[in-house]
Amino acid sequence: MELGRPNLEEFAATLLELAHQDRDLLVLTSDSRGSGKLGSYAEALPDQIVEVGIAEQNLVGMAAGLAATGKNVFAVSPACFLTARAFEQIKNDVAYSDRPVRLIGISAGVSYGALGSTHHSLHDYAALRAVNNVDIVAPADNFETREAIRAAYHHPRPIYIRFGKRAMPHLHAPDTRFEIGRAITLRQGADVTFIATGETVAPAVQACDVLAQHGIAAGVISMHTIKPLDEEALLNAAQTSRALVTVEEHSVFGGLGEACAAVLMQRGVYKPLKIVGIPDEYTVTGSQPEIFAHYGITPDGLAATAQQLLAVELA
Amino acid sequence: MDEQALKLKSIEYRKTILTIIHHAKAGHTGGSLSCVDILNVLYNRVMNISPQNFSDPDRDRYIQSKGHSVEALYTVLADKGFFPREELNTLNEYQSHFIGHPTRKVPGVEQNTGALGHGLSVAVGVALSGKLDGRSYRVYTLLGDGELTEGSSWEAGMTAAHYKLDNLVVIVDRNGLQITGPTERVVALESLEAKFRAFGFEVRTCDGNDIADLINTLEQVPFETGKPNLIIANTVKGKGVSFIEDQIGWHHKVPTDEQLADALAELERAQADLVKVTA
Repeated sequence: MELGRPNLEEFAATLLELAHQDRDLLVLTSDSRGSGKLGSYAEALPDQIVEVGIAEQNLVGMAAGLAATGKNVFAVSPACFLTARAFEQIKNDVAYSDRPVRLIGISAGVSYGALGSTHHSLHDYAALRAVNNVDIVAPADNFETREAIRAAYHHPRPIYIRFGKRAMPHLHAPDTRFEIGRAITLRQGADVTFIATGETVAPAVQACDVLAQHGIAAGVISMHTIKPLDEEALLNAAQTSRALVTVEEHSVFGGLGEACAAVLMQRGVYKPLKIVGIPDEYTVTGSQPEIFAHYGITPDGLAATAQQLLAVELA
Repeated sequence: MDEQALKLKSIEYRKTILTIIHHAKAGHTGGSLSCVDILNVLYNRVMNISPQNFSDPDRDRYIQSKGHSVEALYTVLADKGFFPREELNTLNEYQSHFIGHPTRKVPGVEQNTGALGHGLSVAVGVALSGKLDGRSYRVYTLLGDGELTEGSSWEAGMTAAHYKLDNLVVIVDRNGLQITGPTERVVALESLEAKFRAFGFEVRTCDGNDIADLINTLEQVPFETGKPNLIIANTVKGKGVSFIEDQIGWHHKVPTDEQLADALAELERAQADLVKVTA
């Protein structure tokens, strides 16, 4: 797969394009313009970036106030702080008050690697899924990031988009269509389908190649929108595959996996299912790739998980 | 509206607040009675807000951070004609829009509040937008004194001064009591004036239950060009009803039938006295 750039850089470039066209587009940062790769943006459009300092609660509250006056606001902050420190502001000032703020969680999941759990966001899907009126998106590659940011700009509701900072491979064909709430099927596989989101989609795609070598037909769905979940795509995968593996850079509790399991169970679809993510333990120290490898979020790791699941299913 | 008319309105508002809390069997009696003179002067004398101009981008804005005193806000909005007065009787009822904290489902409410320490950040955002667009509106926000222990208020305050938001008017309903006891015994706030000055506000203190003093203070805004305005409005929790005034227990106590009758009688006597003095 051809390597693109970090989704973070794709986000910053897309935002600058949008902001050039709209003087009412404002970016709010919490001392995070550097980590948000917004240096060029700040130079090009100094009047369209507002600094609030290291104060995430105030970042989100102010974003709601600015949105109330018709500003098109992107509040940009590390995902870990944005969704934990400012959770109540997201819940009340943005979601409950129905202010269409775009909440951008940068360096999400375990992107900060060895900086440790204070800097990881493994709770954000779970926390925000339980909040009414905020959509959740985790783009997998540059294409999905660009499209998600553009879609968020026109989105009528509050939305949270999170991504990491490592360069991502290009995953999509040029004519792919992106829509919030509509999953993208990358491959179909009669044996197993990976339902992955964000930066775990790439290893899931590669896992299909590993499985193919063992004669196992594997598919991948990029479930970039965690809420609202594309139930149709999920049910379709459940009908066309013998087993499902969900993959996410998030706690195994309360995220994509449990969201999928809930849909399947309540629709009466009982398929072998494995939820791959970060287990409920003190996360191992390491870089993002090392943490992924430790928890089996690699092509080989995911292939092994799928094989075990299929073996159980066959037994 | 002149001072006398405002004074009479305050008494009417107090009667309504007590009546709807009694009817709903829930509400924040003490805080609504302490802040209602402030809302009265804002809505009937100072702010450019009405049902007719509520979608005008140049209207003034009011954000009530101390959301629990919602009965005062709903009462004033009803009187301003944002919705029929009878709707106040649905407060807290099943499927009512009149939730026990401010909600945009109720016409005239600018922002949903209720969790403390949120209003000032939102107000700062609205005020900053006004500055960016060169609009003339002002943003008024009412904070409870008890909520000032929320750190987010100070994050917002720092930012207001940094962006020189002299179109922002922060009013602290300084009634001195919170649910556990006097603010100075819970976690001391004083010196509030020195704290806000240190954060870059220009500060004035007034009697927040005195119509003339409120008018005089609010009409001096902006206190200093380039600085956010802060008014410490010294009030009495439960103001206007002798047996409710300054009583911690009345934070969210609901009047009994008898207490309501006594309170309304006391307020009507005050009303009669006021009319007599004028005549």
